[in-house]
Amino acid sequence: MQRQVPFWQSALLAALLLAVCLGAWEVSGGNGGTGATVVDPEYAALVGQAAQSGGQTPFPKPSQIGARLWELLRDPFYIRGTNDQGIGVQIAYSLLRVALGFGLAALVAIPLGFLIGMSPLLSGALNPFIQILRPVSPLAWMPLALFTIKDSTISAIFVIFICSLWPMLLNTAFGVSSVRREWLNVARTLEAGTWKTAFRVILPAAAPTILTGMRISIGIAWLVIVAAEMLVGGTGIGYWVWNQWNNLSLADIVIAILLIGLVGLLLDRLLGAVARLVAWQE
Amino acid sequence: MTRPYVSIEAVTRAYPGHVVFRDLWFGISRGEFVCLVGHSGCGKTTVLNILAGLDQPDNGGVIVDGQEISGPSLDRAVIFQGHALMPWMTAEQNVAFALSCRHRDWGKAKLRAAAREALEKVGLGHAADRKPSMLSGGMKQRVGIARALALNPKMLLMDEPFSALDALTRGALQDEVARLVAEAQQTAFMITHDVDEAILLADRILLMTNGPDARCAEVVVNTLPKPRDRANLHRLPGYHALRDHILEFLLTRSRTLAGTRPAEWDPRRPPEVFPAGPPATIPAAA
Repeated sequence: MQRQVPFWQSALLAALLLAVCLGAWEVSGGNGGTGATVVDPEYAALVGQAAQSGGQTPFPKPSQIGARLWELLRDPFYIRGTNDQGIGVQIAYSLLRVALGFGLAALVAIPLGFLIGMSPLLSGALNPFIQILRPVSPLAWMPLALFTIKDSTISAIFVIFICSLWPMLLNTAFGVSSVRREWLNVARTLEAGTWKTAFRVILPAAAPTILTGMRISIGIAWLVIVAAEMLVGGTGIGYWVWNQWNNLSLADIVIAILLIGLVGLLLDRLLGAVARLVAWQE
Repeated sequence: MTRPYVSIEAVTRAYPGHVVFRDLWFGISRGEFVCLVGHSGCGKTTVLNILAGLDQPDNGGVIVDGQEISGPSLDRAVIFQGHALMPWMTAEQNVAFALSCRHRDWGKAKLRAAAREALEKVGLGHAADRKPSMLSGGMKQRVGIARALALNPKMLLMDEPFSALDALTRGALQDEVARLVAEAQQTAFMITHDVDEAILLADRILLMTNGPDARCAEVVVNTLPKPRDRANLHRLPGYHALRDHILEFLLTRSRTLAGTRPAEWDPRRPPEVFPAGPPATIPAAA
């Protein structure tokens, strides 16, 4: 059994670690040794100010990133044309795609998982397909999606759908198939009927397992949306990251990483809260 | 031929290469309490599952109230060995769920009220809103009993309902079941390997030989006067003879008789014995 540590102790250590890391970064980063760079005057004439750093963009310091973060968060929802929208708008686009893809996947995976879990025949028949398709990177579907759907936004949603599908499908099937025999026997002796057994006995019994699948799915969906949006472009936090890379705004990329992490954490906590609602203990 | 209320006729259950029991016949009269006693592996639970409709016999059939059973039914309520309560429902919801299956036209309020009433009958009115994880083992089993009795079934089936409980709780619940079953004049069938439990509750006790190929070797008629209670049971004349008879069967004859089928033994009418004295005190239910 692990020793219990008061919350403030771990919080203090975390804050300390953060301070040390950021401090070291702040001190060591920046434009050390720029003055020593010998620059060809012709090159300097061509590239202007950038020549001072030898054509290298300096890696931003935490203080610069903090200033930029403040700038971005002061007005996160502005829209100034298609290529210049606030970071809040971009995250909202990504969340919307994840919500649509994940929601559709849940609508398919949970009923289908139910059937697979209840029917050993269906389980055996579909298992090879699931086993082969499940390990495929969702991005591998992208070209096919773009070709058949022809709409980049819907293709991104389709990719989210595909990657969210498997954990939910497998967990639902597992949860349903491992419902205690005695509860099913109770339902049978009560002549509860198929629907009543499904909704009042099997679904609540399997709900914690299904929620675990959903939690895994939403995590994967949030991982994949960044990559998908880098490919399809237009809007979304993934596209924004790629855009800032093209602009060489490294501070923005660091900020995006931070925000993607935060949103992912919130999504996970959200489903964790739902999981607690449906949890039961013997 | 007049049939008893519940009639088990020529029932055989076998798995490939393994006969659990063969050609089992017995009847249960209306309002009668029958116990089946035998060692593990003689197919006791299989008999109960067939009666419940959860398992199908390979041969023979079960007739309840003039109709052959074809599957599980609300008319044959089961009290399971593990309480088999749904852990995501409160005690009241567990009972109400069963009631909602019986009375599909009842509204929520009516189901709740009936569930509360059923729980109060087993002394659990105060714990109605608790989930099973918040109940002790004995309380859980009480909820299971309330759930079964609330259905007002034609017969009550019990599969070693108290075997997972400590001795004190078990005793209290045995008295409780004896009272409830007597009050409702409930036809009941119980599996047990607790001899005192069988003597306390049963009108007749079926003794099964060890498996495989188990058979009902004899039927012990419990002629001790009713109502019985645990406190005075052992003082009743005939109690010790009855207890010794069953114990002796369990300790030796269940083994020595295993696999044998004597010529004079008729599977349709296994011999009836009266170790506690002649059936003068109460009319023998047969």
